[in-house]
Amino acid sequence: MSETGKPISRIDGRMKVSGKATYSAEFNQPNMAYAFPVRATIAKGKIASIDDAVAQKEPGVIAVISYKNALKLTPLDMQAQMKAGAGFLGENLPPLQDDIVHYPGQFIAVIVAETYEQGRAAAYKLKVRYTVEKGAVDLKTELPNSKKPKMFMGEEAQVNEGQAAAPLAAASQKVDHTYSTPAEHHHPMEPHATVAVWEGPNKLTLYDATQGVGLTSSIAAYFLGLKAENVNVIAPFVGGGFGSKGLWLHTLLVAMAAKAASRPVKLALTRQMMQTNVGHRAATIQRVALGTDAAGKLSVVRHHTDTYNNLTQFFEPSGKQSLVLYQAPLREVTYNVAQLNRSTPTFMRAPGETPGTFALESAMDEMAYQLKMDPIEFRIKNHTTKDPMKGHDFSSEFLVDCYRIGAERFGWSSRSMQPRQKRNGKYLVGYGMATATYPGGRSAASVKVHMNSKGDVTVMTASIDIGTGTYTVLAQTAADALGVPVDRIDVKIGDSSLPPAPLAGGSQTTASIHPAALEACMLLRKELAALAIADPASKLNGRKPEEIGYADGKLFVKGDDQKADTYLNILSRAKRSEIEACATTLPVSGAGLTVPSALCTPSQTPPEQNSDTKQYAFHSFGAQFAEVWVDEDFGTIRVKRFTSVQDVGRIMNEKTARSQIIGGVIFGIGAALMEATEYDKRWGNPVTRTLADYHVPVHLDVPPIDVHFIGKPDPHISPIGARGIGEIGITGVSAAIANAVFNATGKRLRDLPLTPEKFFDV
Amino acid sequence: MRPFKYSTAPDPATAIGLVSANPTAKYLGGGTNLVDLMKEDVMRPAELVDVSRLKYAKIEKKGSGVSIGATATNAFTANDDLIRENYPLLAMAILAGASAQIRNMATNGGNLNQRTRCSYFYDVNMPCNKREPGTGCGALHGVNKNHAIFGWSEKCVATYPSDMAVALAALNAVVQVEGVNNTKRSIPFADFHRLPGDHPELDNNLKQGEFITSIDLPANKFAEKSYYLKIRERSSYAFALVSVAAALVTDGNKIKEVRIALGGVAHKPWRASVAEQWLIGKHATEANFKAAAAAELKNAQPLQHNKYKVALAAKAIIRALEGAMQGGAYGTMEADSTSKN
Amino acid sequence: MEEQAKLPDLTEAERKALEELMPDEMSEIITSGIKRRHFLKLFAVTGASLLAAHLLGIEQLMARSAPIEQQAPVFIENGINISFKVNGSPQHLMVDSRMTLLDTLRERLNLTGSKKGCDHGQCGACTVIVDDRRVLSCLTLAATCEDKKVTTIEGLATGNELHPMQASFIKHDGFQCGYCTPGQICSAVALMDEAKNGEASYVTANVRNKNKSIKLSDEEIRERMSGNICRCGAYPNIVDAIREVHGDKAVAQVWQFADGTI
Repeated sequence: MSETGKPISRIDGRMKVSGKATYSAEFNQPNMAYAFPVRATIAKGKIASIDDAVAQKEPGVIAVISYKNALKLTPLDMQAQMKAGAGFLGENLPPLQDDIVHYPGQFIAVIVAETYEQGRAAAYKLKVRYTVEKGAVDLKTELPNSKKPKMFMGEEAQVNEGQAAAPLAAASQKVDHTYSTPAEHHHPMEPHATVAVWEGPNKLTLYDATQGVGLTSSIAAYFLGLKAENVNVIAPFVGGGFGSKGLWLHTLLVAMAAKAASRPVKLALTRQMMQTNVGHRAATIQRVALGTDAAGKLSVVRHHTDTYNNLTQFFEPSGKQSLVLYQAPLREVTYNVAQLNRSTPTFMRAPGETPGTFALESAMDEMAYQLKMDPIEFRIKNHTTKDPMKGHDFSSEFLVDCYRIGAERFGWSSRSMQPRQKRNGKYLVGYGMATATYPGGRSAASVKVHMNSKGDVTVMTASIDIGTGTYTVLAQTAADALGVPVDRIDVKIGDSSLPPAPLAGGSQTTASIHPAALEACMLLRKELAALAIADPASKLNGRKPEEIGYADGKLFVKGDDQKADTYLNILSRAKRSEIEACATTLPVSGAGLTVPSALCTPSQTPPEQNSDTKQYAFHSFGAQFAEVWVDEDFGTIRVKRFTSVQDVGRIMNEKTARSQIIGGVIFGIGAALMEATEYDKRWGNPVTRTLADYHVPVHLDVPPIDVHFIGKPDPHISPIGARGIGEIGITGVSAAIANAVFNATGKRLRDLPLTPEKFFDV
Repeated sequence: MRPFKYSTAPDPATAIGLVSANPTAKYLGGGTNLVDLMKEDVMRPAELVDVSRLKYAKIEKKGSGVSIGATATNAFTANDDLIRENYPLLAMAILAGASAQIRNMATNGGNLNQRTRCSYFYDVNMPCNKREPGTGCGALHGVNKNHAIFGWSEKCVATYPSDMAVALAALNAVVQVEGVNNTKRSIPFADFHRLPGDHPELDNNLKQGEFITSIDLPANKFAEKSYYLKIRERSSYAFALVSVAAALVTDGNKIKEVRIALGGVAHKPWRASVAEQWLIGKHATEANFKAAAAAELKNAQPLQHNKYKVALAAKAIIRALEGAMQGGAYGTMEADSTSKN
Repeated sequence: MEEQAKLPDLTEAERKALEELMPDEMSEIITSGIKRRHFLKLFAVTGASLLAAHLLGIEQLMARSAPIEQQAPVFIENGINISFKVNGSPQHLMVDSRMTLLDTLRERLNLTGSKKGCDHGQCGACTVIVDDRRVLSCLTLAATCEDKKVTTIEGLATGNELHPMQASFIKHDGFQCGYCTPGQICSAVALMDEAKNGEASYVTANVRNKNKSIKLSDEEIRERMSGNICRCGAYPNIVDAIREVHGDKAVAQVWQFADGTI
């Protein structure tokens, strides 16, 4: 493969740097109106009355929609939704169907107006009165009422409950601490936005900022009572997602608004709404206990999480990595989940592992210190090459290499085990490390490849590029699989009418769609070969398909490349103006998320190469290293250097892959040092309402980041050998930083984020 | 944002006449805070009079000092040679605030008219006496880790957000204002902003329609030894948890004159007069800085979530004074970085 | 989706067709850097279906967002007539006094390159250059722009040739999702002028040193770009991209270290 892996620049780069890449809110339509949602101001209760008389008369107002006059949607029915292949809303709350308020900020009405300014101003004039009930707004207060969920996404949620006590009591060395992480918000730079255009009573086009056009199409269709094929969802460019761009209520709201107004309608969420209406990572309180023998062999890992949810079965699965990392005869992983009147928690970049590795990898550092062992040696001593729960081999695993290479690149050997040994002027300097891990998911996917008579190739699939590089790497794969240059390849994604692909989430896009692309290209070559073989005018006439090779836009007889025929000549002689092929790849067991897949030609990949989760455990691994400078007087921490070594299978494009990892690390720096959504304990509203209060890293917070990939293809996940890289970069980062802070200062901080006040014992 | 009438005034008298005559009118300078607050529906002026083009944008010598025009932008002011040379403390403070884009827009007059960033003030669904007198203070028993430790009242615990104003307080600036009928007055900086008391809705002592024309900086000998220190939750583009403007004149190591003002701790820039008094005539040593800081902070009254600010402010005073002693070329953590190249 | 990259502006055929249709306006169209969507608009106006099929073929996505003649809404309270220049082209329109420059660009002038990230001056995605200074278009009321010169991301390239900053962002992968990118680039372009003017920042070692044409350290670049948030985390790449333009010499693409070679 000559193109795959090459660090070529993004093929959509020119559009992005020129302002020509078009995001959902930019699909302006003729005669378009603007919708502005109205949010509930209480945590729990009922809408006693909505008086829209004044709002209706405001300049430019076209419609005021509330539960009183909203379009009736298909009722919520998880079973029916599953049956229809629709999937789920981000929050199980079809909008404006009743008068109940579940959390502060819930959408309770929407104004449709001629202009954005008019809609926003009219929203102030809507008079809403509530019957207020006492809400559950604080995790700690509600813990006594929490429940132990039985299942999490098809897996047992409570593992070996109560069984860690005995081995912990018997352990020679023990650490047992509580770690906490705050509520966090995704805040992709592009706020969610949708333009809804009804093309008739039963046909709808949604230009929607989504991580999954297919997902959005099927869910919207279900609730609006339409056929999925009649809801066309389009998203050529999406300004980041990080888990927040599933289908949230505004997408249905705008479809309802467009119907009511009989006009195309645009709805773009405000940044303030991004804090309440498109999910967040729930806060966690995690208690982690480790026990070892005298030599430092782990005998037991216990990881308990207290967290909350609302309007969804999802909860933050922060025990996940504690079922994967390290050898230990016993591990106990449990959850208590309270229900809060707070906006709905959802998937956020490495759900589970992000807060979970903070707790587990901090505890590992604490234990290593207690054992007087180097943290890397402690981890290597307890390294496992098998999934410790299922006993399967990892499909491909080079974690120890990650530790060793990372230590070398970072200069780990100059670290002192004792804290407070290194200074630079006013600053205490510390080194810390942690393990990174994330599952390697793969789902069914279909890809179509088309070639015209000029040899231009189009690769088509209903996938999404949320900044990950999907456009570029698909072109690279197709270039190799067809033997044509990258610049002859156009990629069409972000349209639900294209062959189905999984949503861009769970780090599975590359692993899922590239095998299908490879397969479709092979089918295309086969068809070209069949044409040539059958054509007496071709030099390949009468050859067997297996004798034929391909390169540089032509087919040739292997071992005799003088006997060749170009694609263009084959097509031209066959009087074909175009040729296309479509392939569907179905992993043996869809690891992670799946989509209903319209079948093209199913692939014949041998199970050994096809993500068989009954044979192998699919996980990516990595090692994270941080150098921090701490100004102890102020409790300010700066990450001055970071090294990330990742074992994620084949690298499809070194440039975009590196960007994904540094992006993950920076997300992790945010989580470690500054990101937190705080809620008022009386009313339950978020006090951090905007990007002025919810701090995410800025340029100056970010040091040089050294990224290294092991790069060994995973032989069992797919013929491509790539696992995903969108999420693993964030895992372990906050632990590496907190461990470095301990190394610098001797202070063990167990409550994220590490903002200055955490340093002052008050 | 509510509907409003927009006009540009051809001259100051017209502008002042328009805003004085209409209690719902406001001046529009750079708009960086006003437009933000109008979008939040916190401020609802029915009329905006754009004063950004009025000819008050000069920075010039005035007597032995310098006068900075009210409609000059923050960026222009911080980069003016007179300011950089003679009032480096002011330049540093301005540059510590906001972002390059905002400093290019924000005017000096507008900077002094900034409103608090208290999120209870910003959220129109929360109680706030500053936004809506009589509704109560949401922050007093709410999330108040960013709030005041000095001079607050039961009615309001908000802090004043400007960095520039902290330096101006230390520099004993004088605010020149003009009202209707060409009435002019000079307001010493210490009297410009208010403590909340019973009327937190009033940020400062300007009357409706009074227009800031310039801010005058008296001559001083602090240029050699001054420093603006800002501590925040991320390294840039964030409001201060605590900031300190420090300036010294020494004779050998003996302190002849000293100015210390704190940001992020009160409803106005907080002049640390107790610490200043303590230091006059003493030697510029870490021990003395520490004792002075402790004397100032003894009077602090922290709230439930901001006790850390007491210790933080004390440490910050010491560090800022040290920075001033090193001639301002002391550097923040960022400037000290390994990648200084 | 690559039609813009392959055919960044007008093809020869399109240009010829346009010349035939409206020869008088051709030179102005070319110098003002007409963009494809404007071209389409012209075709819609002239009813020339000659090339329509061809265009639809090569840009399905663009065609869906076929430019709309963005009329002033029927009823505007407090309407203000403004005249200003955007990317060199004079614009005259009536706006609601509440309308920001950002919304005017995006909703009325079909210049959607400037992005709305927070609408409150907290992210920098809307950064444009007004009268040679970088500002936030989300906090700028359009009414205040009378007679001003506005440069947006759409106005940086010269014809088909990207501005060096744009090219450098591509080379160094200074973006992922691309949403903060126009703001980052406008900010970086203006930053180059600020460095030439010798302007100081909070991390400048001593603001009393007033040198012109200063060389910015990485730390200086980071501080001065901190008003532009990138949630995907392209920061190190953006700094590399800016350093290359600022230093006029090639900066190694750091991804290359992975196999030990430059």
